[in-house]
Amino acid sequence: MDLAFTKEEIAFRDEMRHFFRNEFPEAIRRKASEGRHLSREEMVTAQRFLNARGLAVPHWPQAWGGRDWSSIQTYFYQDEMQQANVPSPLPFNVSMVGPVIATFGNERQKHEFLPQIANLDIWFCQGFSEPGSGSDLASLRTSAKRDGDHYLVNGQKTWTTLAQYADWIFCLVRTDPAAKPQEGISFLLIDMKSPGITVRPIQTIDGGHEVNEVFFDDVKVPLENLVGQENKGWDYAKFLLGNERTGIARVGTSKERIRRIKELAALERSGDQRVIDNPRFREKLAAVEVELKALELTQLRVVANERRAQHGKPDPASSILKIKGSEIQQATTELLMDVVGPYAMPYQPQFEEGWNEPPIGPDYAAPAAPTYFNWRKISIYGGSNEIQRNIIAKAILGL
Amino acid sequence: MDFDLSEEQSLLKDSVEKLVAQHYDFEQRKKYLQTPQGWSPDLWARYAEMGLLGLPFAEAEGGFGGGAVETMIVMEAFGRGLVLEPYFATVVLAGGLLRHAASSAQRAELLPAIASGTLRMAFAHSERQARYDLADVTTSARESAGSWRITGEKSLVLAGEHADRLIVSARVAGAARAQDGIGLFLVDAGAAGVSRRGYALQDATRAAEISFSDVPATPLGAPGKAFPVIARVVDEALAALAAEAVGVMAAMHEVTLDYLRTRKQFGRAIGQFQVLQHRAVDMLVAIEQARSMAFFATMMANEADATERRRALAAAKIQIGRSGHKVGQEAIQLHGGIGMTMEYKVGHYFKRMTMIELLFGDADHHLAELAAMGGLIAG
Ligand SMILES: Cc1cc2nc3c(=O)[nH]c(=O)nc-3n(C[C@H](O)[C@H](O)[C@H](O)COP(=O)(O)OP(=O)(O)OC[C@H]3O[C@@H](n4cnc5c(N)ncnc54)[C@H](O)[C@@H]3O)c2cc1C
Ligand SMILES: Cc1cc2nc3c(=O)[nH]c(=O)nc-3n(C[C@H](O)[C@H](O)[C@H](O)COP(=O)(O)OP(=O)(O)OC[C@H]3O[C@@H](n4cnc5c(N)ncnc54)[C@H](O)[C@@H]3O)c2cc1C
Repeated sequence: MDLAFTKEEIAFRDEMRHFFRNEFPEAIRRKASEGRHLSREEMVTAQRFLNARGLAVPHWPQAWGGRDWSSIQTYFYQDEMQQANVPSPLPFNVSMVGPVIATFGNERQKHEFLPQIANLDIWFCQGFSEPGSGSDLASLRTSAKRDGDHYLVNGQKTWTTLAQYADWIFCLVRTDPAAKPQEGISFLLIDMKSPGITVRPIQTIDGGHEVNEVFFDDVKVPLENLVGQENKGWDYAKFLLGNERTGIARVGTSKERIRRIKELAALERSGDQRVIDNPRFREKLAAVEVELKALELTQLRVVANERRAQHGKPDPASSILKIKGSEIQQATTELLMDVVGPYAMPYQPQFEEGWNEPPIGPDYAAPAAPTYFNWRKISIYGGSNEIQRNIIAKAILGL
Repeated sequence: MDFDLSEEQSLLKDSVEKLVAQHYDFEQRKKYLQTPQGWSPDLWARYAEMGLLGLPFAEAEGGFGGGAVETMIVMEAFGRGLVLEPYFATVVLAGGLLRHAASSAQRAELLPAIASGTLRMAFAHSERQARYDLADVTTSARESAGSWRITGEKSLVLAGEHADRLIVSARVAGAARAQDGIGLFLVDAGAAGVSRRGYALQDATRAAEISFSDVPATPLGAPGKAFPVIARVVDEALAALAAEAVGVMAAMHEVTLDYLRTRKQFGRAIGQFQVLQHRAVDMLVAIEQARSMAFFATMMANEADATERRRALAAAKIQIGRSGHKVGQEAIQLHGGIGMTMEYKVGHYFKRMTMIELLFGDADHHLAELAAMGGLIAG
């Protein structure tokens, strides 16, 4: 056992830190740190900037831009990126559909899609969930029937994040209604411009628009857009969900948020005292920092273990990271609410676009409540925390 | 001790709940929100007809002689419906200040007008730097030749945008944050020198930033001695908010239970998963604790001993804040994705609850006050 990082690992971390903090476009980082949403254009710019430097898809196979890093190196890459408020490359592209195509797609699909996915020339969204199929994803009903040289797709997806920006959607569809639920599902790539697709926005409780319903009405999808084998889509979906083992905890994001909370708590006053000097607030903050440090070490244990893990098999320990990571991220949004106090109350969506009139209260207060509301999603999506607990109970505890 | 309502109180409860049930379903509420003021003038008139707007005022002064229990009944029902009309600002806050501070001539002029629905008022008190400190008032009032004028900035004035008259707290003497030296003043909201900027809060109710530049004002009670009245009315307001919060929580819980019974995953209603049953049970426990403290708050709102009253209301706000926080977060979580959407009602309850948590001090603020006072149980 050697609990310290090697010299090489530290040098790598410092190199990442330097790059993200000094070379990455400052304006985008600042916007992200202020809790404002990035535009599609800014996200594309960010990802292309990283891709041009070999930093968009380092975890992919080398032939497609991967770097063959150790799991510790990948960890530092993510952690430093998150701590620097650099937006992560679009997860639907680089962590989900990209690895699926790289692993299960045919050569034509790899050549056609992977470079464009890495460079965000094509924006993918994720079409898994349906109104009747959330936690019970395998019950999905959107159907794809063979009809000559294409499938006819009918049905509805929902909660589709940023479908309004997407060029393509990767979908789980039912190709064999007679088989057991998990065995009749296929993985299809669908062009969002196909006739018969309708996207309807869903407004979330923070007032934002990040999710959508996507309707499919006799949408023709060429057979060649099937990834892997027909009716094997569930295996690819499990591979996809298990792929993100470590980034899920977002330890770097929480560290950076705590830093920002401290900065703002030093500006905000209550009487003659700064909020940061309020003993109760300090204790709450310190308690979250302890949880976060523990999570960081837990994450490093999972990372170190990855060398031995079977590739593509979800590590049930990642469910621990998801539960604790989401709880800590949510706790940071509550701490920011504590900092701004009553000024969390005014609803000021103008902060996204820039102020025409002076803000009500301090400008940094405006995103506090929307973020608190919005981040309730983190314990719901990507397998709710209840489902994560079911996984742990079964896979780790054997209950 | 008797927690049962009297016959009259039961009638009041039935009629308010019926009104809310008839006029405040989710779709109707959306329509009220689309009007410029963000609430329904028709319903305001109905409240007046039913006597709700004069409920806490003495019968001799155009009211109905109701007490804290009657206010609790109304506020709980309003919480269930997420009622938007400025009842809290006009009747509870401004009405409370008038009851405790105004001269009989002022009461005779203003209370019947509030009760009949023709006069709406707001309490312009908090300021940018004040956070939750009720004594942190820097807006100043100056007297010259027998008339008073006010200058300063007020912030987060609930329902301040369209109020006809304002009650403004202002410093006539003393250092910033001193309890002594604060006065209350009546100001015509349309007077020269008053400028208002209205905006929505997170829960779609409205507030305003209001600035006063040398605005004529009439004292309400003895200038400089208003702090005890403000503290008292804020404690009464906390009791009213506690009742509203109980209504909000109970409604959120019902919506959640309905969802647990009807939403199917894995071939069965999700309410059959024991882990979710327990979560729903814990929500109930939290709500019952909150309900008990809302009763305690109601019981203590008129306590003559200001210290005892403050302890009790601090305790109530702590419990309300904690229960509401938990119940709101759980209501969203147990709904899954649908709980995150504007189109579905549970998120609106969650947001209203979050605003109630912040109004007049969050749980941490009251916890610090209560702890500094030595807690509830005499050592
Ligand atoms: C903001 C947001 C973005 C999203 N983005 C996407 C996206 O881009 N693409 C996509 O495909 N999906 C997306 N989702 C969908 C997300 O993955 C689902 O919301 C999630 O899987 C939960 O499903 P559900 O919402 O149908 O809730 P349900 O599955 O109906 O769950 C309701 C409640 O029941 C609980 N529950 C369900 N089953 C069990 C059980 N067996 N034991 C105990 N408790 C249980 C849940 O934990 C939850 O508390 C997004 C969701 C949100 C909120
Ligand atoms: C100090 C002590 C004093 C006691 N005094 C008395 C007494 O005076 N009279 C008397 O009759 N009994 C008494 N008991 C016994 C007590 O009632 C039982 O311990 C209790 O009913 C649990 O049963 P068990 O120990 O067989 O555990 P089990 O029933 O085997 O339970 C083990 C665990 O599983 C959980 N569990 C069991 N069933 C479920 C379920 N359906 N859903 C969710 N979780 C479940 C339990 O909560 C527990 O955590 C006492 C026990 C203790 C420890």
